[in-house]
Amino acid sequence: MKSSTLELVCPAGTPVALRAAIDAGADVAYAGFRDETNARNFPGLNFTRPELQEGINYAHARGAKVYVAINTFPAAGHLTPWHRAVDDATTMGADALILADIGLLDYAAQRYPAMRRHLSVQASASNAPAIRFFRDAFGVKRVVLPRVLTIAEIAAIREQIPIETEVFAFGGMCVMAEGRCALSSYATGRSPNIDGVCSPASHVRYEHRDDQLISRLGRFTINRFEEGERAGYPTLCKGRFSARDRASYLFEEPVSLNVMGMLPQLMAAGVRALKIEGRQRGRDYVARTVSAFRRAIDAAAQGRPIAETILDGLSEGGRNTTGAYDRSWR
Amino acid sequence: MTAANRTDMGPARLALGPILFHWEAAAKRDFYFRIADEAPIDIVYLGETACSKRAPFFEPHLPEIAERLARAGKEVVYSTLALVMSARETAALCTLAMEPGLVVELNDLAGADLVAGRRHVIGPFVNVYNEETLRYLARRGAERVVLPAELPKKALAALASDSSGAALEVQAFGRLPLALSSRCYHARAHGLHKDGCQYVCSLDADGLSVTTLDGDGFLAINGTMTMSFTVINLLAELAALRCLGVSVFRLWPQSADMVAISRLFRDTLDGHLDSATAEIHLAEKVRFAPLTRTFYQGPELG
Repeated sequence: MKSSTLELVCPAGTPVALRAAIDAGADVAYAGFRDETNARNFPGLNFTRPELQEGINYAHARGAKVYVAINTFPAAGHLTPWHRAVDDATTMGADALILADIGLLDYAAQRYPAMRRHLSVQASASNAPAIRFFRDAFGVKRVVLPRVLTIAEIAAIREQIPIETEVFAFGGMCVMAEGRCALSSYATGRSPNIDGVCSPASHVRYEHRDDQLISRLGRFTINRFEEGERAGYPTLCKGRFSARDRASYLFEEPVSLNVMGMLPQLMAAGVRALKIEGRQRGRDYVARTVSAFRRAIDAAAQGRPIAETILDGLSEGGRNTTGAYDRSWR
Repeated sequence: MTAANRTDMGPARLALGPILFHWEAAAKRDFYFRIADEAPIDIVYLGETACSKRAPFFEPHLPEIAERLARAGKEVVYSTLALVMSARETAALCTLAMEPGLVVELNDLAGADLVAGRRHVIGPFVNVYNEETLRYLARRGAERVVLPAELPKKALAALASDSSGAALEVQAFGRLPLALSSRCYHARAHGLHKDGCQYVCSLDADGLSVTTLDGDGFLAINGTMTMSFTVINLLAELAALRCLGVSVFRLWPQSADMVAISRLFRDTLDGHLDSATAEIHLAEKVRFAPLTRTFYQGPELG
């Protein structure tokens, strides 16, 4: 394990990405099983049982860890896949389970009291008493904080409740409180909370019309691009819509979160771990973001300045934001 | 309690959810007086769930409203804020949850420990998707749970057949809340920020309609909350849901005539009106957006 105050938690959508993350200096890779039990349930992603076992072995042999995300909400009358995921990840020797559902947290706490449990961002625990409830009821050791809090609010929570906190540092950014957003479900009939997919590719269509490119999700137009304009993926909350007779990126522009410049403030706020989003991204993205954050964390730990430019080419839409961490975002 | 004896629990009850929009305090007061005097509503939820900045405007009126509703035989429930972030919001929620004698609808788990062992309702902004979560919350004293609008019917059936003992409430009418944020989209649509919002959300009694670039109605903005453009209407489903074991049907307040709308739902539940006729009357009352019978809006593509 690298010595630093911030633990670097990195996305592993595939075995290749897992090895790339560990090799690039991740303290932890997080991964999910290849089914609806995790919130990145996209075709071609995630791990079979043997693949995850190999990934855990690979990480452990190099002094790193693997957290397993089982962070969708089990479907009523159909709980077995979620129970099996908890059982199997525990048996395989995963270092922590990342859980969101109250019933599933209860199941894991009862069955495997010694297995470390983290509260997924999908649980939307955004204040001290809510976090305390999850800690006291289910022995949760760490909370992944929703991307709705300012740094001042994070620090205030940390002062009220002694628990490890993990925050999102880089990548795709939910502008809505995670786990409490049914926009994609409303437009596609597939639920992020139940099925583990947001703005799924199966429901995306691109159409050419009058020299324009139209991107659609389900039956709804999400954006329209002039010839030569860079066309992005139609993630619902990053679309262009019309309100008050004016078209705009009403919710958020197609930007990525990047808090690299805020590492000293996050450390001062008592944050324990940084999470990089992007289990749907490839090996190159993982290797470059992880090594950049490895250097930045090590620099911050030693009080050296942080060189930020390295990540410019990796952001969604080519642009970055510090999101809700800065109050003016609201 | 089984699904079989749930259906013997007597007539289904109608609930009026909290007003999600920022109406003038006087308009809210008049609205609730009329509900108290005229509407066949059994349960009324009061309180600000969307934005803590709005709460001070109506708070002084709450005791008077609650008393008038209770005198009219309504069960009064106090709804909490849904997305609780700041110390001030947390303290306000905790104060409400600790108030003796009040029944609270928790829309954030911030109050979970404070209401444990007391009568309370779990609101639609707390995720209850399966029987294990339902049972856990029922064991801690939740007497009723308002289910997520996106739940498929087979999930409703599985929850209703469970022996948790908590009553189930389903969102049956109104624009549906779909998402919460710390950012205010109403302010953003007016070129403002949340801190200096000028309360522009008060301009839109049913939310600010959002269309696609092709002009199709898509969503509605209500401050930090994003809602459906369409208005859910489960009139045609009431009998089937009642058979499953759903015992409470929630109507979300809109600017339309909620007294008349609640009568349509009551008459349909009681078998005095067939749902097709009731739907025709409902469509005449709701002019600001189209009605829809399903949560999911659109065809399944590939």
